[in-house]
Amino acid sequence: MRGITAYGAYLPKARLQKRVIADANAWFDPGLKGLAKGEKTMCNWDEDAITMAVEAYTDCLGKAPGQTPAALLLASTSLPFNDRQSSVVVAEALNLNIADLRTMDITSSQRASTSGLLSALDIAAGGQEAVLVASEHRRAKCASREEMLYGDGAAAIAVGSENVIAELVASHSQAVDFIDHFRGEGQDFDYGWEERWVRDEGYMKIIPDTVNALLAKAGVSAADIAHFILPTEQGRVPAMVAKKLGIDGAAIADNLLQSVGITGTAHAILLLAHRLEQAAPGDLVLLTGFGQGCDALLFKVTDAIKKQRPVKGVNGFLDNGRPEENYNKYQSFNDLLEKELGKRSEVNKQAYLSAMYRARGLTNSFLGGKCTACNTVQMPKHKYCVNPECGAYDTQEDHPMVGAKGHVATWTADTLTFDYSPPAYFGMVTFEGGGRIMMDMSEVDPETFDTGSEVSVHFRLKQIDHQAGFRKYFWKAIQA
Amino acid sequence: MASGIKDKVVILGAGCSKFGERWDCEPADLMAEAFEECIADAGIDKSQIEAAWQSTGIDAYSVGPGAMPLSMGLRLPYIPVTRLENYCASGTEAFRAATYAVASGACDIALAMGFEKLKDTGYGGLPQRSRGVSNDLYYPNLSAPGMFAQLAAGYRAKYGTSKEDLKRAMAHVSVKSHANGMKNPKAHLQRLITEEQAMNAMMIADPIGLFDCCGVSDGAACAIVTTPEIAKSLGKQNLVGVKALQMCASNGEEGGFDGWDGSYVKTTRIAAKRAYEEAGITKPREQISMTEVHDCFSVTEMVTMEDLFLSEDGGAVKDVLDGVFDADGEVPCQIDGGLKCFGHPIGASGLRMLYEMYLQLSGRAGDRQLADPKLGLTHNLGGFPHQNVVSVAIVGAYGV
Repeated sequence: MRGITAYGAYLPKARLQKRVIADANAWFDPGLKGLAKGEKTMCNWDEDAITMAVEAYTDCLGKAPGQTPAALLLASTSLPFNDRQSSVVVAEALNLNIADLRTMDITSSQRASTSGLLSALDIAAGGQEAVLVASEHRRAKCASREEMLYGDGAAAIAVGSENVIAELVASHSQAVDFIDHFRGEGQDFDYGWEERWVRDEGYMKIIPDTVNALLAKAGVSAADIAHFILPTEQGRVPAMVAKKLGIDGAAIADNLLQSVGITGTAHAILLLAHRLEQAAPGDLVLLTGFGQGCDALLFKVTDAIKKQRPVKGVNGFLDNGRPEENYNKYQSFNDLLEKELGKRSEVNKQAYLSAMYRARGLTNSFLGGKCTACNTVQMPKHKYCVNPECGAYDTQEDHPMVGAKGHVATWTADTLTFDYSPPAYFGMVTFEGGGRIMMDMSEVDPETFDTGSEVSVHFRLKQIDHQAGFRKYFWKAIQA
Repeated sequence: MASGIKDKVVILGAGCSKFGERWDCEPADLMAEAFEECIADAGIDKSQIEAAWQSTGIDAYSVGPGAMPLSMGLRLPYIPVTRLENYCASGTEAFRAATYAVASGACDIALAMGFEKLKDTGYGGLPQRSRGVSNDLYYPNLSAPGMFAQLAAGYRAKYGTSKEDLKRAMAHVSVKSHANGMKNPKAHLQRLITEEQAMNAMMIADPIGLFDCCGVSDGAACAIVTTPEIAKSLGKQNLVGVKALQMCASNGEEGGFDGWDGSYVKTTRIAAKRAYEEAGITKPREQISMTEVHDCFSVTEMVTMEDLFLSEDGGAVKDVLDGVFDADGEVPCQIDGGLKCFGHPIGASGLRMLYEMYLQLSGRAGDRQLADPKLGLTHNLGGFPHQNVVSVAIVGAYGV
């Protein structure tokens, strides 16, 4: 048996109220008002496809050290680098066993995630475990439909042959150069075609063709499908396709259009995770991915589903939002404005790749040092032990700090220094089990934050160099 | 145990430029302004200076590295000139180097010159700068007020001080320094402020507001030191001697180990103890006549009163509000306006403090002259509250 062994998700905390987009732009396109219901997830300035992928994996498999999947696959059309494998950054942030790990970025289509899942399942067929993470942070033009419809998010699926919670029954794929939209080389935004054509010639033909081939292969009747996942920003399409296929209306997965928005290629996996949270043993789950063809995967839920739950899951993140009503902040965070950032933003952003490589135990993996002579944990790792009673030389071993609970010892909210979302919060964090470091904080709630506040650490963007197209990452403390 | 520096070296002369936004001045102009006052006061010729030390804190933004700015700026006579940088303690470091050179017998007369040209950045506050290629990868992108605001959070947590009480004490610190600065024609900021103004000013780095911050200034200050014997032979009277010169640099324990709670500066306490021992001081609050401490921010000054053992631990808020450190208080602090109002051209500040102590001890401090001061203490603190360098110097009437 091979199939899904765990699932998880991540949604940014900020939820942009769609009406603020319409309020700002309806003078130009009154049609936007029709899309202005609800809210959509919105990355903080220091989140991107890489940081969300780290979170989604963690929701899926926790922060347990020593995880050794054979492969980590990352699907996205909004990876921050064209040539620097993002899945490797994610793997180091997760402290995976990088000495024995396959990694791959899968991109260039909304179908990347389902295709990636198929590849992961191929690896599982060889008896190994693999994890597929899909993460998306797309930009959209001001006053566009896409701006109303796109949300940010990530989801992760672990696959293997032991403790399977949803067994792969069958899969089928079609490749069709059907261009509902595209994003050309060097372009920031999508260029799409009329919805009605996309619906009639795309969704309504390509998906039924693929699914019917799958069902025939599996010997399963459409009427027996308990969960039908069709990610699309066209609200009525899933029901139309379901009806054409003969799938029960109750099986149709909610596309979360008014709570999340469409999270690009991550959406298929996000919806899969969402349905698995509600699935019962024996349920048949039909997952489709649409984009230059179609992937269709059929799973059967097992009894083990009751024992494997994500840390928070889609529902947990849906309940953990913070309404954001500042449209300018959304545009600023997505670099959609020519904004005056001030001379203090002109700091040295050079990459210094050799220094980054040396520091990556700390910066990528948040490793401290643990003294083998006295057990003192210290950050960063150092040649001499910081404990004045010890001071031993060259005794420190790498010590992962990512899961450690921290408490704020000192802090400030700095409005003088440059920050994309001032004020900049930072301070001394003391970790339970030892170790302390002066570090940045993110997404602070000023009403409840103070010395003593409990924090956990999260992989976030530290600095963006738009000129060179480079970005640096580090860990930030976020209130528990 | 080393015998220490006490009374081995005296200040032969001191000088200080006007501090402020000296838009029309190059660093060399500021140095010359301070030096002309200093050399005239010393009563010697430039050719008698045998070695010199130049201190700058952020030379990249003013003059570049090396000692050329000083040697060229004053056209010094082909003598050894060395540039020193040690954060905000740079000025005192230059003074320490010159003093030690004289005490060792390596030279008879030495110059310490500190300066900074900060107002060429195009914005307020200190210049943005790298903290080192590797450090920049993980240090927060913090401003100077952001660093020192950490003390307020740590202090409140330790002593349960309310935000309001702490903010009022911080305001009092600044109000006092503004009142003192009014009497100093060389001070950058010469205006009175009220506690309400200070408390309600624009927030810079919580809880540090605009009036909790020192002036960012251009300026230069210097001192010429020699042996007591040579000073006497030159006809100098009422000599001001160096009583103690101590430095302490963090090793990472405060930030990296679990003892430090953010309510104090460990290095100040260590340097102060050493300085008191070197100077033979056992009861600092009674024996120290006046202090010039590193009030980069009001909360720093307040915490420093405890770190110098002038207030009990947890007692600084009350002492500050009781006026203990006001001009007419028990131990006046920042009688020249301090960093707050005299201004803070980083490399000059330590020498500016010593300049004021020298004037006070010589009875030449004009409108702000204190009655018969005996011992003056200066203190610099550079870096972060949890990893920094601190200098403590004590000067006083020679032979007393």
